[in-house]
Amino acid sequence: MEYFAQQLVYGLTLGSVYGLIAIGYTMVYGIIGMINFAHGDVFMVGAFLSLIVYLVLVAIGITFVPIALLLVLVIAMMLTALYGWTVERIAYRPLRGSFRLAPLISAIGMSIFLQNYVQVAQGPYLKPLPPVVTGGFKFGAAEGFTVNVSNVQLIIVLTTIVLMAVFSLIVGKTNFGRAQRACEQDRKMAALLGVDVDRTISLTFVLGATLASVAGLMYLLYYGVVDFYIGFVAGVKAFTAAVLGGIGSLPGAMLGGLLIGLIEIFWGAYVSGAWKDVAAFSILIIVLIFMPNGLLGRPEVEKV
Amino acid sequence: MAAPASDAPVQKAPAPAIVPAIKDAAIAALITLGLAAPIMGLVTVQSLGKVQLEPHWMRVVLAVAVVFVGRLVLNLTLWAPRAGKSAPLITPEVEAQLKAVTRYAAPVALAIAVLLPFVPGVERTTVDLATLVLIYVMLGWGLNIVVGLAGLLDLGYVAFYAVGAYSYALLSTQFGVSFWLCLPLAGILAALWGVMLGFPVLRLRGDYLAIVTLAFGEIIRIVLLNWQSVTGGPNGIPNIPKPTFFGIDFTPGPGGFADTFGLTPSGVHRVIFMYYLILALALFTNYVVLRLRRLPIGRAWEALREDEIACRSLGVNTVNTKLTAFALGAMFAGFAGSFFATRQSLVSPESFTFIESALILAIVVLGGMGSQFGVALAALLMIGGFELFREFEDYRMMVFGVVMVLIMVWRPRGIVSSRSPSVFLKERKAISGSLVQEGHG
Amino acid sequence: MTTPPVDAPKLPEDVLIRVERLTMRFGGLVAVDDVSFDVRPGDVTALIGPNGAGKTTVFNCITGFYKPTVGRIALRKSATESWLLERLRDHQISRRAGVARTFQNIRLFGGMTVLENLLVAQHAPLMQASGMTVLGLLGTGGYRRAETHAIEKAKAWLERVDLIDRADDPAADLPYGDQRRLEIARAMCTEPVVLCLDEPAAGLNPRESADLADLLRSIRTDDGVAVLLIEHDMSVVMEISDHVVVLDYGKKIADGTPKAVRDDPKVIAAYLGVEDEEVEAVEREIEETGA
Repeated sequence: MEYFAQQLVYGLTLGSVYGLIAIGYTMVYGIIGMINFAHGDVFMVGAFLSLIVYLVLVAIGITFVPIALLLVLVIAMMLTALYGWTVERIAYRPLRGSFRLAPLISAIGMSIFLQNYVQVAQGPYLKPLPPVVTGGFKFGAAEGFTVNVSNVQLIIVLTTIVLMAVFSLIVGKTNFGRAQRACEQDRKMAALLGVDVDRTISLTFVLGATLASVAGLMYLLYYGVVDFYIGFVAGVKAFTAAVLGGIGSLPGAMLGGLLIGLIEIFWGAYVSGAWKDVAAFSILIIVLIFMPNGLLGRPEVEKV
Repeated sequence: MAAPASDAPVQKAPAPAIVPAIKDAAIAALITLGLAAPIMGLVTVQSLGKVQLEPHWMRVVLAVAVVFVGRLVLNLTLWAPRAGKSAPLITPEVEAQLKAVTRYAAPVALAIAVLLPFVPGVERTTVDLATLVLIYVMLGWGLNIVVGLAGLLDLGYVAFYAVGAYSYALLSTQFGVSFWLCLPLAGILAALWGVMLGFPVLRLRGDYLAIVTLAFGEIIRIVLLNWQSVTGGPNGIPNIPKPTFFGIDFTPGPGGFADTFGLTPSGVHRVIFMYYLILALALFTNYVVLRLRRLPIGRAWEALREDEIACRSLGVNTVNTKLTAFALGAMFAGFAGSFFATRQSLVSPESFTFIESALILAIVVLGGMGSQFGVALAALLMIGGFELFREFEDYRMMVFGVVMVLIMVWRPRGIVSSRSPSVFLKERKAISGSLVQEGHG
Repeated sequence: MTTPPVDAPKLPEDVLIRVERLTMRFGGLVAVDDVSFDVRPGDVTALIGPNGAGKTTVFNCITGFYKPTVGRIALRKSATESWLLERLRDHQISRRAGVARTFQNIRLFGGMTVLENLLVAQHAPLMQASGMTVLGLLGTGGYRRAETHAIEKAKAWLERVDLIDRADDPAADLPYGDQRRLEIARAMCTEPVVLCLDEPAAGLNPRESADLADLLRSIRTDDGVAVLLIEHDMSVVMEISDHVVVLDYGKKIADGTPKAVRDDPKVIAAYLGVEDEEVEAVEREIEETGA
């Protein structure tokens, strides 16, 4: 029981990170119907930027942790958003309305570029960061079992919840959200009604990148280490999560992220660590066989 | 729909206006500064167990300068607004000329391929490289059945390549089965796996299909990595035997290839033999695919890509049609895989990562889906070009990514974008790529 | 399922398709509610009704794209061969039972030539001739003969729909009216016993509509193929159909000859949503336009 609850904490933490990245996939898919393969690498860039900004802050003497983290969060978000915007501008916008596979290949090219760009610029080695946030809580000591929840885990889960709430508000209540949903339904019609489609799509990429950057910071804080390759693995998992939840659906992405995180951790804890990815992918395949549109995806009615 | 690859603000003046051009370049330079300053300018280095930043501002200045000047020059030349619309890079006339060239290009390319090892000045490394290119040509042609003809997006194609490679590796090292017997076996095994993947994904469309095939590819790779007792885990399977030339080994001693044919023993013989072997395999693939396109099954694949619902209303069994596409595509990957195993004499999971699938898919799309010649050309450009820049180890992968983006932006439909009909009454007219559907898979 | 089911009902000789108590629900929505009607061999049967009446749903049930929630659709292909359509998989409905169809929003293989479109329609016999691809791959003579035969048949149909000059052009390049005719020719290449047309006259000009009526009459008379069509163009319906079935809100409200249906006040009310006293005036109007 103790072990189970502890694994649950690990699973939720990992799942939150996956969920944050998955939202970027799902939003882009919703609006332009493409798999943004470079999104995992934008996450990786976000993690690197968080590390660099943090080191800059330390160098100029801002060491009070809450302030420093808040600054890192904001600055890294902005810089990563710039990357997200540029990727869309260069690799996807010229291909809008073109052959569907072209942006996919372009995205794979972008992904290869970003990985190797960071490798060339920052070197291929692991970059460790000494623990920034320490300490934690023990739960349930009175009931006879203890579950450790570190402050980092708490921050990750809370940030994710807050961001999800903010995001639901943005998509549900703002003009941008309305424009975005309109573009999802019918881009041409939205344009005719005065929605600036290019700007809406750009903003979607910016928002996706922003969340990826938060995920990057969380990853950095949690694992204390980044390298140029983390984007691929996390990206594939997050994409899997987005599809599992039903691609195009924001709650679906979060749910999928949590599920993939939990499956991975529990499989690793109870069955075998080496086979946890196989478990995650197999469950994805099984779910899709029985629910071809994912868990929360809109059913696609076959029009004859 | 999208403007040509310029994001200069729409300018009314016909003459290249210098001020907006400078302004645009300055904005681009500013963005570059924002992008490059942290990642390129501040390098994280580990010293004395601590991570520290090491400034490299020159790189940033260089990047910003390159972007500013490059953009300015482009704004004033290529992207300069001419009277009316800027002329497309490829006009219909150029397109027609290109078509005339491609008619002869295939036979010429074939002749070059056949004679290559005997062209004076061609060294062992070139033949080796050509062998590698041909592996990818063959893989591209195989995947072309699934993606180009049937319109099913497969991101896990490398799994079948792996099945072929490991099948040969295991059969030959464990049971001593010869290459020539293994080759068809590996193909059949890979085809079976193709059907196994095909069954669950029959109902899936589009990106759901993409992610499931990707997941399948990863599952196969992880199984190869973790099933130590059979696959040797991360170390793979070493000492895979080489094929013989109709029973004659490529050993220097008596009874070897050189001895039998009275040649001076040389390692080149085997290299050339391997080259011809893969050439034959690739040509076989090409023959079968071209042949299939003219058979009902090939037409059903293309019809499936065009409109699945109409297919069903005409009595085409879409389940079988999809499964055969998966199976045949996988079979050729299986052949290529067993060739790869015997060429490397070592197989390990790291040869079968997602990036390989992405590369093969990129070859198919860049070549022009459905076009055999385009795929071969794309394989030559991508693999050949990539290997040419071997000295620039760190940078070439980066450039490779950029080139993929640029080619797609330049020709989204691939190098050869038109489709050639499988049958005709009077005249075979090429069909413009813009009319051809890309399938929903 | 290669042989007809033993429990297939024995339909009388003058019934080709018998739709019995067909009901189709989508979630809570009842799109088709307890509809029964017959299609007689050699007839042109029209299925009409206001928008949303469930015509296309009935069509999709007959042609196998939907499985009915309740009900039975029996088809008498010959004296010895009967099928229950709702038990067949979609592609078998065309292949085994001989039901061919066209679509409301034309579904051609746009990137393939006109000729290729007609060859895909002959997939089943050609596939057999190619020995499930294996013999065809080896290049044995049987397939070549079958292909020549298939091309001859395609040519004959292209002559009939006046598209022979465009045989080598991509189908997507044809003008709208030609695409409609090509879709009909493609359906006919499957050698059906009944041809189902979903709004074949939609978007056609009066001349093209008249040509279409001729073509359908010729299909019925010369080829002996029954036609079942959904149509909004009343002039086409009244002109060529032998039997009209009217649906409204998923229910059948009338069934009979064009004349009988045209005079049915329920039909007029369904179309125009008017009270009984106004019906007479409307009837006169329809009389004038319909004649």
